[in-house]
Amino acid sequence: MAEAVFEVHRYLPEQEAEPRFQEYEITYQDNWVVLDALNYIKDEIDSTLSFRWSCRMGICGSCGMMVNGEPKLTCESFVKEYDTETIKIEPLAHFPVIRDVVINMDDFMEKLPTVSPWLIPEEELPIEDGEFLQTPAQVAHYNRFSMCINCMLCYSACPVYGLDSSFTGPAALALAERYNLDSRDSGMGARADVITAHEGIWECTYVGECTEVCPKGVDPAGAIQMLKLSYALDWAKSLVMPRGSRS
Amino acid sequence: MKTLQHDVLIVGGGGAGLRAAIAVAQDHPNSTVGLISKVYPMRSHTVSAEGGAAAVISPTDSLDDHAYDTISGSDWLADQDAVEVLVEDATKEMLQLEHWGCPWSRETDGHISVRPFGGMKLERTWFAADKTGFHLLHTLFQTSLKYDKINRYDEWFVTSLIVENGRCQGVTAIEIRTGEMRSIGARSVILCTGGAGRVYPFTTNGNIKTGDGMALAYQAGVALKDMEFVQYHPTGLPGTGILITEAARGEGGILVNNEGRRYLQDYDLGQPLDLTDSNHPQKRTMELGPRDRLSQAFIHERTAGRTFEDVGGDYVLLDIRHLGEREIDRKIPMVRELAVRYVGIDPVHEPIPVRTVVHYMMGGIDTDIHGATSLPGLFAAGECACVSVNGANRLGSNSLTEILVFGARAAVAATGYADQVAPPSDQLLDMSAKSEQSRLEKTLLRPNGGGETVAGIRTDLQEALEEGAGIFRDESTLVELCSTIAVLKERYEKLALVDSSRTFNTELTSALELGAMIEVGEAIAHSALARTESRGSHQRTDHPDRDDDHFLKHSLAYRGENRPAIDYKDVTITRWPPGERVYGRG
Amino acid sequence: MTPELRRPLPRTWWLRKQSYLFFMIRELTSLAVLAYAILIITAIWTAAGDGSFTTFFDFLKSTTSVITHVGLLILALVHTFTWIALTPKVMVLWQDDEQVEPDVIAGANGVIFLLISGAVLWVVLG
Repeated sequence: MAEAVFEVHRYLPEQEAEPRFQEYEITYQDNWVVLDALNYIKDEIDSTLSFRWSCRMGICGSCGMMVNGEPKLTCESFVKEYDTETIKIEPLAHFPVIRDVVINMDDFMEKLPTVSPWLIPEEELPIEDGEFLQTPAQVAHYNRFSMCINCMLCYSACPVYGLDSSFTGPAALALAERYNLDSRDSGMGARADVITAHEGIWECTYVGECTEVCPKGVDPAGAIQMLKLSYALDWAKSLVMPRGSRS
Repeated sequence: MKTLQHDVLIVGGGGAGLRAAIAVAQDHPNSTVGLISKVYPMRSHTVSAEGGAAAVISPTDSLDDHAYDTISGSDWLADQDAVEVLVEDATKEMLQLEHWGCPWSRETDGHISVRPFGGMKLERTWFAADKTGFHLLHTLFQTSLKYDKINRYDEWFVTSLIVENGRCQGVTAIEIRTGEMRSIGARSVILCTGGAGRVYPFTTNGNIKTGDGMALAYQAGVALKDMEFVQYHPTGLPGTGILITEAARGEGGILVNNEGRRYLQDYDLGQPLDLTDSNHPQKRTMELGPRDRLSQAFIHERTAGRTFEDVGGDYVLLDIRHLGEREIDRKIPMVRELAVRYVGIDPVHEPIPVRTVVHYMMGGIDTDIHGATSLPGLFAAGECACVSVNGANRLGSNSLTEILVFGARAAVAATGYADQVAPPSDQLLDMSAKSEQSRLEKTLLRPNGGGETVAGIRTDLQEALEEGAGIFRDESTLVELCSTIAVLKERYEKLALVDSSRTFNTELTSALELGAMIEVGEAIAHSALARTESRGSHQRTDHPDRDDDHFLKHSLAYRGENRPAIDYKDVTITRWPPGERVYGRG
Repeated sequence: MTPELRRPLPRTWWLRKQSYLFFMIRELTSLAVLAYAILIITAIWTAAGDGSFTTFFDFLKSTTSVITHVGLLILALVHTFTWIALTPKVMVLWQDDEQVEPDVIAGANGVIFLLISGAVLWVVLG
């Protein structure tokens, strides 16, 4: 057992116009993650603290917050690994704040469908004909980009998104690439308009922080650079070859 | 203000809810559909399922084999007509998921891979590494985005069902962001709200699994069926309760006690094979026995002092070292990640500490094989429902199959019903929202409470359930549990919130969840007390034998003023007369 | 509905984190490349012209010029190596179901760069 002081961002719009920080001093167990500490605070000290969480095992994507200025999943961040005098908890950067550390992620939810993140096969296969064949190698080609838990840490790390929230953003674009690379999919053309729009891949300047903070190893920065190459080649081909022969 | 109303309203955005929503949007284009969830759909607990989903695909497998495994696994409490539907629809549902892009793991020739799983005679568990639930949920959610006509209400908390003229006509719900209470009218409602593991203190389940939908139906007069059957998964991490998938055993992992012995051989689960034997792991034997038997064995080992002691709970060891790093990273990578992160063990080099942990509710809202409840207009599917396909004990990997099969079926039933009835009136919707808001203002939202806290009551409830209705129960523990719950109900009446704000008030949502948890706990306690036999995951030390003469029946808990009334109905037997549940013998 | 809190990024956002700072420096090295391109264009322009090339060439031999050139070379090399480090992100190569290690790809591109640079130097100097 040890002591820690948490400095938590509070925003209670009905009571106070301005946000503030509130300090909570707690004793924590060795195996606690930051989320455990927040739950302890809510249960035992201050039940008015609001935050999102669910699975506590890094798969649901709910519990993203800034911990000492870094976007983290609080269910994967161990209290004992922080040796600063206080541990600062803030809402994920680059999103409007509804309350305390709860952000408004409407922007992402609206953007996601625009990249057509669903399988667009060349031809529908009847169920009776069984599965599309896909070798382990073909699965591996897109598998990494399918691991996104929509936790939004990448949007918090991306300065482009921070400066211009019309940027489609890392997670949405990585998901588009997940489908483009899926051997069962033929939707690269259908997704082109949104991906190659000004707010799409071309707004990315490869800062690369999204990949650094991603807790699931998705590498959205890689996905976006690959999209740039694919669509650039596609465009070059279109200058030389007739439309019908492109994907 | 615009009236909110749909032909079909689905409560819960997990696997069952999303599958139902897609079914309505795709197959019934003339019906309007709403999907309401207290969390964004990607956060639904389906996301954490790991091992796989069962469906017959091998040429040497058969629907009858899958059915028999499920029925014997259920200790003959499953309704066999429901099981027949499950196994029959399973394969096409899995293929549908594949056609929607689910990244199922594959054989080198490109066909779907299947792995062995507990209680199954043959490999039939489809898997996507060990993140099957994650991939399934995200495939369903992303596919649902194709359909504009699925009207989503993300982060709306349903507080009651609107029942009028003997049928369900919608729900009242709080928009969590603003705190505003609204009615959403519907010609039919499908509850897909999941299980209630959080009524126990140590569970694999996430925060959101508080039995909300079960309580809604219960409060509307629908019976909760077979609530006494609570599944303890044999392999959760000590301390956190995080799930270590059965797939680890399906791939050949073994369980050993503090003497290094594969102790399951002492519990009529067969004999261990050498790890190098090509038949290891043997199906329906040892570590691939059913979960209830494995969890009971753990308790016996603990009583005999053969488990390891730890502040996070006693444990045994799950050894997967012999699988090798490559196989582990390929087939069960998340097992490795979780063990490294949460218990500091790399399972490539060291065995993983594991222990029993509450995981699944076999019981739930009483439905028929179409997902219909006794309340016209109300349907249910998934873990919140009890059809029953799982009876007294669920086999691993049947649950992901169940949510797809019955999510789709409930959608068919709900749209069929909706076509025949009129929509609710605006006055009904208006009045329901107002009266629900006023109810909350007189209770949870009133200014001065009786000194209770959400966490205080919740912890006491959880501890009482573990103590009274754990893996082994008896009359005295259950009687005490029932009276404790009665006291907790009174304490809950006195609860008033500290947080009076409307904007994203999570003290309010957790208090509402606590209310549901108490209802669920009550149903579990009384159903368990009334069932004086042992079957599957309900083990009465004072009635240790299975009693088909009296109890080849489902228990039905009907909410009462002070306590539920427990009734029974027969199990549907079609082609598999009750027999002995045998594992480990050939 | 209650007002939501907005937290716009300050102009000095890139000073907040070391990785952001390195990113800005990396981006600014393209100015070094641009500067050198202007130098070359000036050289060609004056060479094609009326004899002011001699003046320009004398300038090139001056200490200021040499120091500037060394500086530009360093920045251009930073530009090049950060670019090479990026290549694995777009050149994803597979051996069956295993990805070729990114370091191998970056390393190979680095080697190719050195070989080509070596060849050019040999032609120019020899």
